[in-house]
Amino acid sequence: MPETTKTAAEETVPVAAAPAEAARDSGPAPGKPRSLAADAWAELRRNPLFVISAVLIFFLLVVAAFPSLFTSADPTAGDLSEHFLDKPKLGHFFQPDWFGYDNQGRSIYARVVYGTRVSIIVGVGVTVLVTVFGGLLGMLAGYFGGLWDTILSRLTDIFFGIPFLLGAMVVLNAFTDRTVWTVIGALAFLGWTQITRVMRGAVITAKHADYVVAARALGASTSRILFRHILPNAVAPVIVVATIALGTYIVAESTLSFLGLGLGTNDVSWGGDIDTATDHIRNAPHLLFFPAGMLSLTVLAFIMLGDAVREALDPKLR
Amino acid sequence: MGRYVARRLLQMIPVFLGTTLIIFLMVNVLPGDPVAALWGDHPPDPAQMAQIKQERGLDLPLWHQYLNYLGGLLQGDFGSTIAGDRPVLGEMADAFPVSIRLALMAFVFEMVVGITLGVMAGVKRGKLIDTGVTVFTLLVISIPVFVLGLLGQQVLGTQLGWITPTVRDSMNLGQLLLPALVLGSLSLAYVARLTRTSIAENLRADFMRTAVAKGLPRRRVVSVHLLRNSLIPVVTYLGTDIGALMAGAVVTEGIFNVQGVGNLLFQALARREGTVIVGCVTVFVLIYLVANLLVDLLYAVLDPRIRYA
Repeated sequence: MPETTKTAAEETVPVAAAPAEAARDSGPAPGKPRSLAADAWAELRRNPLFVISAVLIFFLLVVAAFPSLFTSADPTAGDLSEHFLDKPKLGHFFQPDWFGYDNQGRSIYARVVYGTRVSIIVGVGVTVLVTVFGGLLGMLAGYFGGLWDTILSRLTDIFFGIPFLLGAMVVLNAFTDRTVWTVIGALAFLGWTQITRVMRGAVITAKHADYVVAARALGASTSRILFRHILPNAVAPVIVVATIALGTYIVAESTLSFLGLGLGTNDVSWGGDIDTATDHIRNAPHLLFFPAGMLSLTVLAFIMLGDAVREALDPKLR
Repeated sequence: MGRYVARRLLQMIPVFLGTTLIIFLMVNVLPGDPVAALWGDHPPDPAQMAQIKQERGLDLPLWHQYLNYLGGLLQGDFGSTIAGDRPVLGEMADAFPVSIRLALMAFVFEMVVGITLGVMAGVKRGKLIDTGVTVFTLLVISIPVFVLGLLGQQVLGTQLGWITPTVRDSMNLGQLLLPALVLGSLSLAYVARLTRTSIAENLRADFMRTAVAKGLPRRRVVSVHLLRNSLIPVVTYLGTDIGALMAGAVVTEGIFNVQGVGNLLFQALARREGTVIVGCVTVFVLIYLVANLLVDLLYAVLDPRIRYA
């Protein structure tokens, strides 16, 4: 009988504990086996997909951390003498009017720059929460088995059945003043199941390995076995799923803001700006184009990173 | 086979109860009083509010309310809306046929185009068409659905005039076409990627070498031997997707003014109509559970080695 509840992600994810390949021509010392991590890193550096996405993500992180380096304009200051129907001045690099103005006379360039922070914080925040908590639950269920596994797996099934975006909408609808942390909490509350399932499967594969038996025979404590022996060998598929999920959390945040259920109007968010743009899309398409473009570019960067990491960690794809 | 299905159906019960309980709690525990919302921005009249709560059983403890709700469900009663006291079942009966149409159109689109693209790319791995499909799927995944919807509406509807920008008749298949394409686009990209990976992996399998060595025509090798063996992960994805398409249609239905479940839910959220939300999600969960069972039964059709005792 097949595992009854597999997700698409699990199917494509590498099975844990790929045998460390013997050193190849480019390896460190001849004959010395390289760890999976070192092997993956060597693989990654040669992948143009990874290099492009890493540069893009580094750039986005810098923009999110220091937006004032890129624009002197205040993203929330509206100047109604600047009309939103005026075409953007595409020659005015890094000037407030580079991408034109929105319907309240705010610089779209400044808003695009400052909006990066929300997307990155939500994406990274949800991913960290989900990976830590979901991963921990998955480890407990996979390692201890028995009653733990039954309870945690049923709980996972239950949460997996709740539609992700819809559930987040219901949770967020209850809060009147929503902050980045409310959005992160709501998305993490509904999104942890995928990581738990992947981690559980990987731990079950790893826990019967000889090195685990050996460690136990040597008297290693449960926590030492779990964190020093099993975790490093089970973490690869989790990293892959988490990287790809990061992009989808960014999309989820902007979708919620677009629907008016994400961040309030005081926060600068691409999704909220796209919502504003819908009323003027016919006469002022630049209101839509720039935030949507940046949003898509950010998601693209993380999806490409996830693809590159998957290729590096999955021995089947070599 | 019969015993397997019976066991799976029994296993569904705790999951179903758990999911409805969670969504029921999410709707009721979180702040915001739907009865107070009847008064809008005005302060509610306490006596009237207490009376309405008593009539609807909303003054009972939460576990009692949940049991009442479950009891109603068993008799096919989804409760009634707080404003207007209309039966939720009637509201859903208006909205679900629209969403099912939309979701089925999106489903057929993503399945046919997605698998075709995936096979084309997987068979010619590393060639131009593979790169093309990969870039296309990356772009489709990166552009959020609501941006895609707005762009499609603007370009095809307003500027070119090929379609009506918003849907006037929600049961008209022609008008639902663009919303369905937009709705199915993201899953299409995932289906294409899954198919491509799976096909590329199976290309090296022993049964492929045998089939080629037997001298079978290439068309038959690909369409029967390769495709059938590569479809299991794709079928798994498609199975969970049919419910996700309906639940995820909130955005698409909003943009194109489709009067489906997404629209119903969005309005219910704004008016804090908990019974409508719980009712719709309950149906989604049922669809998801049944689709999962069907997928597992389909495995046996695709791979005769899988048997259900």
